[in-house]
Amino acid sequence: MKLTRRSALAGLGAALLVGRPKATFAASPKSYDLTPKQVGDGVWMIEGSTEYFTDENGGAIVNCALLQTDEGILIIDTGPSLRYGTALRQVASQLTGRGIAGAVNTHHHPDHFFGNQVFSDRPIHALAQTTALAKSEGEAFSDNMYRLLGDWMRGTEVVPPTAPLESSVLTVGNRSLQVLPLAGHTGADLALLDQKTGTLIAGDLVFYNRAPTTPHADLERWRQSLDEIAALKPAAVLPGHGPLDHAGKAVQQTRDYLNWLETTLTDAANEGLDMVEIMETKLPQAYAAMGAMPQEFHRSVSHLFPTIERKVMPLVNR
Amino acid sequence: MRKQIALGGLALGFAISAAVAAPQTPLKDPLQSGNWSYSQEHVLDNPKNIRFDDRVIVKAPPSAEDSFNVPVLVDATALPNVKRIVLLVDYGPIPKILTYWPDQAEAKLSLRFKIDQATPVRAAVETHAGTWHVGSTYVDAAGGGCSAPAHAYASNDWEEKLGQVNGMVWPKSGRVRMVVDHPMDTGLADGIPVFIIKRLQVDDDTGKKLATIEMYEPVNEDPAFTLYFPKNQLKGSVRVHGRDNNGNEIDAVLRARLTQ
Repeated sequence: MKLTRRSALAGLGAALLVGRPKATFAASPKSYDLTPKQVGDGVWMIEGSTEYFTDENGGAIVNCALLQTDEGILIIDTGPSLRYGTALRQVASQLTGRGIAGAVNTHHHPDHFFGNQVFSDRPIHALAQTTALAKSEGEAFSDNMYRLLGDWMRGTEVVPPTAPLESSVLTVGNRSLQVLPLAGHTGADLALLDQKTGTLIAGDLVFYNRAPTTPHADLERWRQSLDEIAALKPAAVLPGHGPLDHAGKAVQQTRDYLNWLETTLTDAANEGLDMVEIMETKLPQAYAAMGAMPQEFHRSVSHLFPTIERKVMPLVNR
Repeated sequence: MRKQIALGGLALGFAISAAVAAPQTPLKDPLQSGNWSYSQEHVLDNPKNIRFDDRVIVKAPPSAEDSFNVPVLVDATALPNVKRIVLLVDYGPIPKILTYWPDQAEAKLSLRFKIDQATPVRAAVETHAGTWHVGSTYVDAAGGGCSAPAHAYASNDWEEKLGQVNGMVWPKSGRVRMVVDHPMDTGLADGIPVFIIKRLQVDDDTGKKLATIEMYEPVNEDPAFTLYFPKNQLKGSVRVHGRDNNGNEIDAVLRARLTQ
């Protein structure tokens, strides 16, 4: 038997129950309070916290979109855990009384697809590359999520998406979404443009008042994707993290931050700074005010600096 | 019966005293780690004149984003007369990360290392007077950085890049920074023997030794260092040379950018 963190925890739980039969081990005060907010005709948003993962927020840091169709609700991104997915399905089912039509994962980061378990009886749509990445990196994400969130993750298993998106339009019942197969935040990032309301569901290509995350970022490709999104002139942008944006500010803010990040790290490499010194950089006020700062800046230094400094410093062998 | 009990008690007493055999100068660890006294006795060879000292600053992020590349900065410039800096962790399969002999450089160094689990990170600084001064910080980590194969083996050109150095000198601010391509195999990944750079020496342009870095397995893959010197002391270039445990030579000349 391969001993994983979960099986070890499960074993520990069983041992406690055997030793103390009356222990109320399963009792847990932790639950998610998910409230869909209507943001358009047949479009709801569940807005996550703009913090980093904490024991207080249970990993509910992501935005989910709920789209009404005559076949039921289509859910875009399923949250960080089994428990979240269960709560999400419950509130979604109550919205229109038509049940759940299916789910979509915008990309393979754990806060966007670890609720999939709950929707495995429905098609779970994603770009083919996202499914491949969820399969190859899902278990490592899972280990880290259990470490960060503990009991919130109980019972969560990695369930990769099942229905590859291959056409340029995703039609579910009477609702059509333009499929935008982009990349840059990760190797495969899906954005969806709702034809009926003009709402662009951006996944993590767009962050708003919450620091963008970069563990798998390709900054150049990311900026190209932002150009493509901006060119569509969406009526509203529903970012992966942060509030809904009607004013076209979220795309610009994400682009400005990525530019600032790259410039800051390149300048630091040009001065011979080390990562710990860069992490002490005073953030401009606009970025210091973003959610999950300065943690995300520190993480980005780790993700991006080693590659940037190699481009800056010349090869100098004798 | 009584004799048996007495003997049992004796054996137990012996076992306990062996397990807690204290270092000759017991210290109160500010981080209260269970393993510090072991490190003091066995990694630092049980020095007599040793103490925790706020003048030794160890900076690292509180949580390791990448277990393979944890940045750390040691600054002992507040201490006079530094001979060497030993960087070590309390918890990890290989506790000693590196020894730095600053010589003509300042007693300050930046680097990255592989972390295997959450642990205190210590810099133990020996002065020429023979006193030891210890600074600490704590790094949380998901771990696994020491027992996984090097990333380099995912590409097939690692052998061509072996020993390549990217680097520069900044005389005005007194910095030398370099990244040296090397797998730095710990020997803890299945079927991959220890393969590490042992030593790098930094000389000035006349061949005079400026500083020496002695490395152990936990230094990160493609080691990256910033060395610090008094401002405007460095001339235009420094030479970095050394070898790994398989005899591969590393030799590079780092220069200042002309426009500086």
